[in-house]
Amino acid sequence: MVSVESERPGGELLVPTPVKIVIAGGFGTGKTTMVNSVSEIPPLHTEELLTEAGVGVDDVLGLESKETTTVALDFGRITISPEVVLYLFGTPGQNRFWFMWDELAFGAIGAVILVDTRRLDSSFPSIDFFERRGIPFIIAVNCFEGAHNYEVEEVRRALDVDTAIPLVLCDARDRESAKTVLVSLIQHTMDRLDAMA
Amino acid sequence: MAGREDWWYDEAAGPLVRPYAMVRGRTRPLRPELHLVTQVRAMPSPSDPDALAVEHMEIMELCRRPLSVAEVAAYLDVPLVVVKVLLSDLIQRGDVVIRDPSRVPQVPDRNLLQAVLDGVRGI
Ligand SMILES: Nc1nc2c(ncn2[C@@H]2O[C@H](COP(=O)(O)OP(=O)(O)OP(=O)(O)O)[C@@H](O)[C@H]2O)c(=O)[nH]1
Ligand SMILES: [Mg+2]
Repeated sequence: MVSVESERPGGELLVPTPVKIVIAGGFGTGKTTMVNSVSEIPPLHTEELLTEAGVGVDDVLGLESKETTTVALDFGRITISPEVVLYLFGTPGQNRFWFMWDELAFGAIGAVILVDTRRLDSSFPSIDFFERRGIPFIIAVNCFEGAHNYEVEEVRRALDVDTAIPLVLCDARDRESAKTVLVSLIQHTMDRLDAMA
Repeated sequence: MAGREDWWYDEAAGPLVRPYAMVRGRTRPLRPELHLVTQVRAMPSPSDPDALAVEHMEIMELCRRPLSVAEVAAYLDVPLVVVKVLLSDLIQRGDVVIRDPSRVPQVPDRNLLQAVLDGVRGI
């Protein structure tokens, strides 16, 4: 479908600016659920081929498939305008595919790190990853059974994250709740930008 | 997507054989600007349709509206690296135009963030 507004004066094709947010967190913390809740399209699924060492794809095509492994990604899309499109990528369940994490984080405006209070430690690697790269992130505590037993500040202390990092409660299954999480993240990214100026 | 099974699936050998066969042995490096969210848009018509494989044509059809590399891979149901090889061909030929996220400055533009914020609030 080629719409009128998709062409610039002079006939040059308009190509939107892509913006990316990463939904990270430990195994089973609700990453895919959150992507599903806010995506405008049924969430898409794709795979990347990696060598067994987990590094690089450039040489993969020369190898027999038994020497490669696939890492699955699911993602959603929110069309902001004809000029801007936002993508939400869930990180793969297994943390060992760091090559994929680098690609996921590349150019991202920020990350939501989902946390399950029953398994706080499963989200530690995600926190470390985004802290080290200086990518803005917020913590979203997903409200599984039992989450209400914890105070936000208790969770913050247990995760050992700075008070400058927003920490919000959410229900990843709920669209409005997931939207609120994204809004918090974008505001946090903007605040950080203002603080640097 | 009509025809997808025809060209990606080989009854006997399994679904990966065809894409592997298509791109195997290529020495030309993948275009470095092909990231997950890089936007791809097809030119109104290919420069030389006879020179394109059916796989290229399917990408041209899909990308009549702008799509990300990841979306193209998902819709064609092939691994990302395979789509990147095919897209590298099309970029080389001038049949698609792209916009990659590294064109977004290291520190994202405040106006862009504001647009995203307003957009997310509005959904
Ligand atoms: N009670 C409750 N259950 C949830 C919530 N979010 C997700 N779930 C459930 O938790 C399970 C895991 O959710 P997923 O979205 O698949 O989690 P994930 O982080 O993508 O999991 P992996 O990709 O395997 O790491 C699913 O059965 C969800 O239905 C929530 O907010 N509350
Ligand atoms: Mg998942």
